[in-house]
Amino acid sequence: MKRVLNSVVTVVVALCLVTVFSMVSVAKAEVIKVGAILAVTGGASFLGGPEARTLEMMAEEINAKGGINGNKIDLIIKDSAGDPEKAISFAKQLIEEDKVFAIIGPSTSGETMKIKNIAEEAQMILLSCAAAEVIVNPVAKYVFKTPQKDSHAVQKIYGTMKDMGISKIAVLTGNTGFGNAGKGQLEAIAPEFGIEILASEVYDKKETDLSAVIAKLMANKDIQAVVNWSIVPAQGILAKNMRQAGWEVPLFQSHGFGNIKYVEAGGAASEGIIFPAGRLLVAKDLPDSNPQKELLIKYKNDYESKFVDEVSTFGGHAYDALTILVAAIEKAGTDKEKVRDAIENLQGVAGTAGVFNFSAEDHNGLGLDSFEMLTVKDGKFAIYSK
Amino acid sequence: MSPELFIQYLFAGITYGIIYAIVAIGFNIIYNTTGIINFAQGEFVMLGGMIVITMHAFMPMPLAIAAAVLITMLVGALIEMIFIRWLESPSVLRMIIITIGISILAREVALHIWGESVRTLPYFIGNEVTSVAILGARISPQVLWVIGVCSLMVAGLSLFFKFTSLGREMRACSANRRAATLCGINTKNMVTLSFMLSAGIGAMAGCVMSPITYSEYDMGPGLAIKGFTVAILGGLGNSLAAVAAGLLLGIIEAFSISVLPLAFKDAIATTILLLILFIRPHGLFGSSEAASLKEF
Repeated sequence: MKRVLNSVVTVVVALCLVTVFSMVSVAKAEVIKVGAILAVTGGASFLGGPEARTLEMMAEEINAKGGINGNKIDLIIKDSAGDPEKAISFAKQLIEEDKVFAIIGPSTSGETMKIKNIAEEAQMILLSCAAAEVIVNPVAKYVFKTPQKDSHAVQKIYGTMKDMGISKIAVLTGNTGFGNAGKGQLEAIAPEFGIEILASEVYDKKETDLSAVIAKLMANKDIQAVVNWSIVPAQGILAKNMRQAGWEVPLFQSHGFGNIKYVEAGGAASEGIIFPAGRLLVAKDLPDSNPQKELLIKYKNDYESKFVDEVSTFGGHAYDALTILVAAIEKAGTDKEKVRDAIENLQGVAGTAGVFNFSAEDHNGLGLDSFEMLTVKDGKFAIYSK
Repeated sequence: MSPELFIQYLFAGITYGIIYAIVAIGFNIIYNTTGIINFAQGEFVMLGGMIVITMHAFMPMPLAIAAAVLITMLVGALIEMIFIRWLESPSVLRMIIITIGISILAREVALHIWGESVRTLPYFIGNEVTSVAILGARISPQVLWVIGVCSLMVAGLSLFFKFTSLGREMRACSANRRAATLCGINTKNMVTLSFMLSAGIGAMAGCVMSPITYSEYDMGPGLAIKGFTVAILGGLGNSLAAVAAGLLLGIIEAFSISVLPLAFKDAIATTILLLILFIRPHGLFGSSEAASLKEF
């Protein structure tokens, strides 16, 4: 009896193993599972929404073309709602249960920092769509990010101010991870450009009226320009409140202003706002020699015709993440370690944020020139010139 | 402080304050007929704003506003009929949890209908940069619209409750539900009506404030917290006191910015809420005797 039982157990175990192995081999040959943790809903949904839509669109297109080297992509999008705790549990789920090949996201810096170590320990390639520099500094072996650096944005803004002869400014920031990171960079880099911050105010991310603080700042006649570092809706409200109060100093915004909807929401008050952004928003104004131009126009047209929605730079961060992953898989096949090495060695890959040149020290791969200073002219984005 | 700056702060404060007051009045109307706090009140404001923006694509502004208010009132009535009406003498706690559930539900539905983006209604007069000078301060005409429309609503509501038989029936229902039933008043309908009224004034506020503050699917809870603070500050159930308390809180917030960093603005509202709950739980204008007779 015991022998019979033993043999039954052996057969069952063997069968299980066979199924598992065959499943694994099937997975390797035909489907590459790509996980994505994005804030599709919640306060950061203006990031996660376009990112998720972009990934779905791209995966569909790649699969329609027969996949990457014949391997189809299976996209698994998890909605973290911008919550770091959810991001952690989704990261574990994607790594342990879904056994994905790589993870794209999260959308926000706070979430990314929470799962940076989880990805590193699980040797999981993580391509973050969040901006903060701490994500790739210090460098973690498996963690990359696609948006431009905050410090580059600040350098661009201060450089423009210097050209305009502005040296005394007020800084307004939202109380989000993005706002805090921006405030830190603005304060740290100011002396380098000889800029003096006369006033610095932090407001709630859900602020609906800033006219009182504008009255306070306006009373200080020395302020020559205002820098606002926040996300919607406050960045539009600030512009309206400033212009209604009759305060005509230049208003600079962060690269978080990169969506034409914010311009529409601000209406006439958005005119003349100056901000750094990737070239996606001004794709058609670029010279034909620009390596990004073709893909920017294609992405913009594809996205806008598919979703009847204006393209934003945020969806572009997910576009870049998947583009980089695909480029690396095309080079190195479906071995995770080789793909990681391949990402680190990618050179001259054009994305929406700029041209990526990765190295072992630089897991962002973008230079200062990935930003262009833009302004709002007649309700549209235009390249800023003096 | 220069007089211009003073006026500027004052108007900013009145704008915040009157919006808080409208939300607080919404709380009060439902509290008076049912004895519960409807935590979905902020969602009525959101719905008003979102619907009017959608409607405005098809029709002129006044019609769009009327449609938004009517639709939100219908939603209010439906919510009451589906979730509240059939409950047999529910406990206060149960009803509050239900309203919190409704608020989450309303947000999720709004997210699916309108998506996550921030929307705005065009200014009624002029555009984003138009302003009028009042005693040296410069104010957006929309601020005057908000103040005017909200004041009219407050006046209209007090007249309604004082002089119409429907208003009197609603007050009777709040004074003593059983006695009102014995007098032949259909108290269940009064509760439905109170939800409709709350939804209507919330939606109206949502319409007039949308050009200034924008509308998005999750604007409700923030407004509800401020409105709740104001309702408690004035004394639950007392609508005129809510106006006074709303203006008080708005003006305190606005002037606090002149001395404190902006980041403390919301801390002030919360501090006031806690102080009132500890020291005068019946509110600045309420009587402690009346409060002690109430269940909640």
